[in-house]
Order: sequence, then C-alpha cells, then structure tokens
Amino acid sequence: MTIQDMVRILQARVLIGHEKLDTPVYTACCSDLMSDVLAFVDEKTVLITGLTNPHVVRTSEMLDLKCLVFVRGKVPSDDILESAEEQGLVVITTKATAFSACGMLYAEGLRGVPVPLEWNTEDDA
Amino acid sequence: MNALMTNTYPVTAADYTSAGRASADIKRKLKQLGVSGDVLRRVAVASYEVELNLVIHSLGGELSLSVYPDRVQLVSSDVGPGIPDLSLAMREGWSTANDEARSLGFGAGMGLPNMKRNADDFDIQSEVGKGTVITMGFRLA
Repeated sequence: MTIQDMVRILQARVLIGHEKLDTPVYTACCSDLMSDVLAFVDEKTVLITGLTNPHVVRTSEMLDLKCLVFVRGKVPSDDILESAEEQGLVVITTKATAFSACGMLYAEGLRGVPVPLEWNTEDDA
Repeated sequence: MNALMTNTYPVTAADYTSAGRASADIKRKLKQLGVSGDVLRRVAVASYEVELNLVIHSLGGELSLSVYPDRVQLVSSDVGPGIPDLSLAMREGWSTANDEARSLGFGAGMGLPNMKRNADDFDIQSEVGKGTVITMGFRLA
C-alpha cells in the first residue's frame, strides 16, 4: 500500500509531507519505546506511536524512516513538525488507538518489520 | 592513516532537549562525504545511542568523529561517574536510567548492546570515579 492508503484506512489527517503520499510502504512498527525501535528496526519503515517528543523525530532521522503515525489524535508541537519536514518525513495523525490503528493496517495487508529474535534456550528449561 | 575529517562535539549531562544534535550532524557530514546505506544507518544509530548515554548517565563528556578513507571511528569519553559492573551494563534489558529518560522512550537497557551490534569494532573502558571511554569502528565498503 501507499501512505495515501494508510491515510484512507486510518481516516488520518496529514500534518507534513502531502507531496509524498504516493510513497509505497510494506511494513510498520508500533512502539512508544524508542530504545526498542533503535535496536530492532533496520529498514525504512513506518513508526506508529503515541509519543510526541522530539526524540521520535530524531529516532526516525537516524533510521531513515518514511512515515510517522501519531495515534489517539495526537499532534506534536510545531518545532517537532518543522524538524520532521526538514528531514522529508511524512507525518500523519489518526483518532484510532495504537492497537486499533495496527489492526486496521494489518487487515489491509501491512505487516510488521521482521525482528530477528531467538529465545534464550536456558529459559526454556 | 590520516583522517579525512575529525570533529568533536561536547555533550552536556541531562540536556535532553539537545540530545541527538551531535548525531544528526555526524550523519549529515558523513552523507556529504558519500557514506550511505547500511554503514550510514549503523553509524547514526550507534552515535545516537552513545550520545543519549552521555546525556542520561554521564556527568558530561564529548563525542568525537574521525573519518578515514576505509573506516569511521566514533569515540565517546566522559568525566564520570564510571560503570561499576561492565558485564551487567552490557546485558540487554539492564538499565539504571531515571524516570525522565524513560518518559522520553529510552532507558530500556538496549543502548550498549545495540552499539556493539551496529559497530564493526566495539571497545568500552570504564573506571568508577574517573569515567568511561567507548570506541567504535565502522568499516567503509
């Protein structure tokens, strides 16, 4: 799907990046824990989050993410949006909760980023 | 081998607003030098993690970037407090971060292991009461 499709599915409002809505997206991740995003995401993907501090945008910058989706209708402050714009990020906001937003996108074919994770065999005993 | 470029960024303890500015500049500079793709992303992530660690855990320090024809080197050094148990600090999920850092989405105990995972070479030296030095190397393809 494209970001435009995500906007339609989530009935979202586009805050930044109207000109890039035809960007294709294949995967997404959802987290309020930027530590985890930095540790596990290694592709240009979509971040769905309820966190609206400057580090969400900075994390996106480090990872070259394509799109930020803020849930529960959250809108970050103007300076955060400005820095997102400088980076060329698309930023959208939806009234849906994180759980519902993920469910709606998954139902339409979007999938989670692959996370290589192995159980510690010592814990299995 | 002589460095093509070096730059040092002072990092202030507990300055959560500015945290990440050095790493953003490092990423920009490397991009201008033609570094791209996987290496650029790995340097950026490791740099951001180490910069956040300086802000969250140290009493202040600096982050240095050196670019050589065949590699990028990042060195973080601080003035304390030092890490009492390095093997514990390197363990995923272990964190001593405060509530402020956690409220910003950090302090999950992923920083040091994530730096090690992203760098081609990783070295950490720490002495309680003196400080911590982290050296990371990244091979340029």
